[in-house]
Amino acid sequence: MPERTATIASRSGLHARPAALFAEAAGDVGVDVTIAMQGEPADDALDASSILSLMTLGAAKGDVVVLRAEGDGADAALDSLVQLLETDLDAE
Amino acid sequence: MQNFPGVGVSPGRIIGTIRQMPKPISEPPAGEQLSGETSAEEATAALKAAASAVHDELKARAETASGDGKAVLEATALMAKDTMLLKGAGKLIARGTSAQRAIWEAGASVSEMLHNLGGYMAERATDVLDVRARIVAELRGVPAPGIPSSNTPFILVAEDLAPADTATLDPDKVLALVTAGGGPQSHTAIIARSLGLPAVVAAAGVDELPDGTEVYVDGAAGLISINPDADQRAAAEAWASNASLLAVFDGNGTTADGHLVPLLANVGGGKDAAAAAGLNAQGVGLFRTEFCFLERDTEPTVEEQAAAYKSVFDAFPGKKVVLRTLDAGADKPLPFLTDATEPNPALGVRGYRTDFTTPGVLERQLQAIALAEKDSEADVWVMAPMISTAEEAAHFASMCAAAGITNPGVMVEVPSAALTAEAILREVGFASLGTNDLTQYAMAADRQLGPLANLNTPWQPAVLRLVGLTVEGSRAEGHNKPVGVCGEAAADPALAVVLTGLGVNTLSMTARSLAAVAAVLKTVTLAEAQQLAKLALSAPNATEARAWVREKLPILEELGL
Repeated sequence: MPERTATIASRSGLHARPAALFAEAAGDVGVDVTIAMQGEPADDALDASSILSLMTLGAAKGDVVVLRAEGDGADAALDSLVQLLETDLDAE
Repeated sequence: MQNFPGVGVSPGRIIGTIRQMPKPISEPPAGEQLSGETSAEEATAALKAAASAVHDELKARAETASGDGKAVLEATALMAKDTMLLKGAGKLIARGTSAQRAIWEAGASVSEMLHNLGGYMAERATDVLDVRARIVAELRGVPAPGIPSSNTPFILVAEDLAPADTATLDPDKVLALVTAGGGPQSHTAIIARSLGLPAVVAAAGVDELPDGTEVYVDGAAGLISINPDADQRAAAEAWASNASLLAVFDGNGTTADGHLVPLLANVGGGKDAAAAAGLNAQGVGLFRTEFCFLERDTEPTVEEQAAAYKSVFDAFPGKKVVLRTLDAGADKPLPFLTDATEPNPALGVRGYRTDFTTPGVLERQLQAIALAEKDSEADVWVMAPMISTAEEAAHFASMCAAAGITNPGVMVEVPSAALTAEAILREVGFASLGTNDLTQYAMAADRQLGPLANLNTPWQPAVLRLVGLTVEGSRAEGHNKPVGVCGEAAADPALAVVLTGLGVNTLSMTARSLAAVAAVLKTVTLAEAQQLAKLALSAPNATEARAWVREKLPILEELGL
């Protein structure tokens, strides 16, 4: 299964506005994407398009997370989402 | 014509049709099952459709909102179709639970989880409950909770308004605010004054009026009438034409005989300050620094703080800006300073007292203020909230001196500070009376409680006496140290005259009230104001103090204030 790691760049972590922007983007990519903290088992991964899941994940700035997806377009989808996580969304 | 008397909290005379704030959504009964004819699939589909409708509605509202309100609405919209919430509800439905009960329970468990995470997440817990209530409303086919949306302006009637309701209150759509509960210092009153909307609170029975009823609201007299008569129609028309006059302050607060009473603004950040400067405020009498950081769960850095403070200083070059250090606690918790579990937060570790339990935050704030002051042209004064003793005042002054701040002062809002004003003013350069808390503490009456509305008014002779004692304390100290008022009392034009008569040097208020206060102050001499202050002090109770003073100020009736 394609997977990517990404380092959270937003100052407030994956909360608030950055979480909303990311959840919305993850819901729009056309494939199911999961998110987990690095080192956590893939079975515990959460739905990346769920803002509530992202908030309970509690990823702070500098934390590394793993994104996974399967199916057509999974690689492209993951690449675009990694880029989003590695942007400081609070600065926009 | 039927009348509903209440307490007038923000002046204005207006006629319009009412819209009731919908009642809170009741909890679907525990154990409620799917009805015989509904399959689990149908119930899940209905829930999804309702959730999707709520999402679309919130999303549409986010489009038209701006700033923080927009961000909150966007995040809340996403919660409405969140898989965590809907899957949780779906599982319950599969076991036979009704759709309403299922989303109710799923919302409760997600909300509890967020609450337990603390900080920012805990604050979002209430958003989940709001979304849940909206979905249940949609399933029931009843109006969503919250301020009704309407294309035509209306008079909003509610039991009471919460601070959260302000985010969705559109001042172009709401003509006036009327509540059945709440008191003169309630959030409804504060919201109404800051938006310049006429408002009456504690008007029992108004929440039973049907939507669309035409009413007359007099926000000065505290009256709501249904089926307005010809006199009331004329009064509303006169107010509409006067209102434009009352919107302009010439930037010169003075009595008729030229005794200067600078009229300053209360602000919560740079945007407020720019607006206040636009309304010709003569400076800032109260900069509530905690309003810059209410959304924060961690302490802002010195640089971040300095930038926020400088944005206010820059709006008033060459003018006085009185900054209040963080006033966290009670109704304004800051997770990095306050303990949410105190049994009695109004009497707890709040204001200056947070320095006892979380030392360092105040010191860093003072550094940030000094840093911001260095690069600005404002005349910066700094005061601590909730000072109770001269010893605390001395300690605060020494902390200011260590940070390089030359003009320290204190808020007088604890009655002990008013009683010992002379000793306190020996330690600091000025005092500012916070009449909201001073009233709540002097009268031992919670600011938010409707049934205590009559106790909780700064017209109480006991409160006026404490104001007078603070001024006397300053005179006894002997160095003409200024005493200002920065509570809601200063925004009431009649009370502003009384405060001037008591010897208060400056009045600070929501910028919207500057013009009305200036217009009334200009009609009395200092000697007349002193007479009116004596009259108010001699009254047996607050109602008569107010009535006696108002009777001697015919300008109020003329202007509809």
